[in-house]
Amino acid sequence: MSDATDTGPVLAADGTPLKRSLQRALRAQKLRALALIAPLLIFILVTFIAPIADMLFRSVENQIVSETLPRTVIALKEWDAGTGEAPGEAVFAALAADMKVAVEAKTHTKVAVRLNYQKTGIASLFRKSGRQVKRWDLGADAPFREKFLDIDEDWGDVEVWQTIKTYSSPYTAGYFLNSVDLELGPDGMQAVDEDLAIYRLLFNRTIFMSLVIMGSCVLLGYPIAFLLANLPLRSSNLLMILVLLPFWTSLLVRTSSWKVLLQQQGVINDILVWAGLVDDANRLVMINNQFGTIVAMTHILLPFMILPLYSVMKTIPPSYVRAAKSLGATNWTAFWRVYFPQSVPGIGAGCILVFILAIGYYITPELVGGTDGTFISNRIAYHISRSGNWGLGAALGTILLAVVLVLYWVYDKIVGIDNVSLG
Amino acid sequence: MKLKSILLMTGAALVAAPAAFAEEMADSMTLVSWGGAYQASQTKAYSEPYKAMNEGLEVVWDESSAEAVAKLRAMSEAGNVTWDLVDVVASDAIRLCDEGLALEIDADEMLAPAPDGTPASEDFGDMLVSECFIPQIVYSTTAGYRTDLVGDTPPTSICAMFDTEAYPGKRSLEKRPINNMEWALLCDGVAKEDVYDVLETEEGQAQAFAKLDTIKDDVIWWSAGADTPQLLADGEVVMGTTYNGRLFSLIEEQKQPVAMLWDAQVFDLDGWIIPTGLPADRLARVKDFVRFATDTQRLADQAKYISYGPARASSAPLVDKHAELGIDMAPHMPTDPNNAKNTFLYNYEWWADYRDDLDAKFQAWLAK
Repeated sequence: MSDATDTGPVLAADGTPLKRSLQRALRAQKLRALALIAPLLIFILVTFIAPIADMLFRSVENQIVSETLPRTVIALKEWDAGTGEAPGEAVFAALAADMKVAVEAKTHTKVAVRLNYQKTGIASLFRKSGRQVKRWDLGADAPFREKFLDIDEDWGDVEVWQTIKTYSSPYTAGYFLNSVDLELGPDGMQAVDEDLAIYRLLFNRTIFMSLVIMGSCVLLGYPIAFLLANLPLRSSNLLMILVLLPFWTSLLVRTSSWKVLLQQQGVINDILVWAGLVDDANRLVMINNQFGTIVAMTHILLPFMILPLYSVMKTIPPSYVRAAKSLGATNWTAFWRVYFPQSVPGIGAGCILVFILAIGYYITPELVGGTDGTFISNRIAYHISRSGNWGLGAALGTILLAVVLVLYWVYDKIVGIDNVSLG
Repeated sequence: MKLKSILLMTGAALVAAPAAFAEEMADSMTLVSWGGAYQASQTKAYSEPYKAMNEGLEVVWDESSAEAVAKLRAMSEAGNVTWDLVDVVASDAIRLCDEGLALEIDADEMLAPAPDGTPASEDFGDMLVSECFIPQIVYSTTAGYRTDLVGDTPPTSICAMFDTEAYPGKRSLEKRPINNMEWALLCDGVAKEDVYDVLETEEGQAQAFAKLDTIKDDVIWWSAGADTPQLLADGEVVMGTTYNGRLFSLIEEQKQPVAMLWDAQVFDLDGWIIPTGLPADRLARVKDFVRFATDTQRLADQAKYISYGPARASSAPLVDKHAELGIDMAPHMPTDPNNAKNTFLYNYEWWADYRDDLDAKFQAWLAK
């Protein structure tokens, strides 16, 4: 037995090489494991990954122009906006042919809605022209340039043609540029008019306010979590219920009650006036502004800070602090040098949770944010559900997603994601 | 032999079934509306009497009108439109029609004529603002004020909104450019018929924003129709705009010290659209329902429950008393001659063009 080949592969009992046999056994195990997680995996793919991919795609997709106006798009390649004149008969003939098909399929207004996002007035220009083009005979009614100009002189506007040309490619960076207050001009990128610039301001404000909310959650949540972890069971249970009750209450109810409390004729102002601290004529403005949003959102997100903090603090053995004190540390030193460092993973987890939830919040800022307390998410919601500009909404959402991922990466580099603990 | 004949019959039935159903009307339909008192008025005036006539019919209500455009587009992309009839404001109807999501209708063929035989297209007249739109009501966006907070001189003009010296205190305006821009220009000396011409220019827009700037710090911006009534009831604002039906219920049902300021009220329309791509049986059902629900009597009936004016000319004389309060409804209609002394006509075509652009400017202005 001892002289059995020590150079050849180790064989299993049935004669196959052990390595392959092991692999086979493991493969079966892996398949079984995969089968076990398959329901969740498919669920996440279908309901989470696929929609995100679809959103990413929508933010650059722009096939509608070249699909609805194929001949016009090709004819426009020859045209140079620099001449300052509207294109010639060839382009108008192509447009008439495209419009004729589009009107039949009722897609001309669709492309008009798309182009109207970029240039005001195109929607009615197309709608109006569609009604006329319907009655034209492509063979007999040429030339079309004058006919289009008869319908509306805007067809002679270089900017209209510039817009069609700029947005004729099937994929566009236009939505992303719009999301950062830029636009596609005749010579590439350019800043939008100052009276239209809003998104950079909103992104900055969203991040700033989310950080403030996160900070106030740490300040308010840490002492409560500390008490929860260190009080006798009976009183800590009561405290826990006080933390969880609002957590279980509807978001809308909590936001509305902040309105009742904070408004000018509200409870807090009434008490301050009654106590003589505030003059009746100058009641404090605490809602429909940034302050209102920060207060309401801090309250709503506080449990997401307290619970991870509590679960981490619960695992810190009290003997460490006692040992530090017995070695001569003051209360503060024992807390700051011994207790606090051990609770940092909880702070990290709470901060990530609160920040990421805050950055995408939109109901509360919408209700109590007024004008300077709204988030970028309010604009995203507006574009998705009201204005119908899904491309822009998708681009804004993609940027928000990227910002969160970058911040997460930075956090990982600085604090280390391994130092985050939920308990 | 027996088995074979059963199989054959089943097969024949299966083949014949779709054809048979196409003749028939679906026995359930999903209506989409705004919820609240408005939807309740539709239920009482339209769907309950219709259900009484059609036994076994199931009517499902969905309160999604505010997001109708987005949801219909998503349904249409997914190829599964679950709604049969959708209540939308006229501007949304135009947009849905543009995007091919709403069915084009022939008013005279689909809608009942007036009792005196006037064809529907004449009876509705100018209210048919889009090829897809079936009008129901005229409502107005108008202002209300607290009678106890305005002193001895109650406001008589919309320009009181911009007069913070005579009427100090907060006011509430809708968080969008529509209506506010027009009022700003009207109160800045622009003639009514010139408003949209002025607003089309950069200078005109700047002028409107400059006027709004004078009250920017005194405004609470609302986005839900219920906000202004609440703010008025709490005394948070001295005056504010909202839909006239909301103010009616605040004043007449909740007896708050609030009065209407009808001046320069902006008329708007609300009505039905039928989504495109419905199967034949559902389409037949919904056409039948729409014909019933938009006839002269039904539109007049709705005004028993809410103070919005019927969109048919022939319905106006039939408007009766409020079903529960017993008060005469005619004087509370936005179209009543006393209330409609000075009205402003909302320009749908214009806003369809300028909405995206002006909204971006308005939001940027707000954020600064």
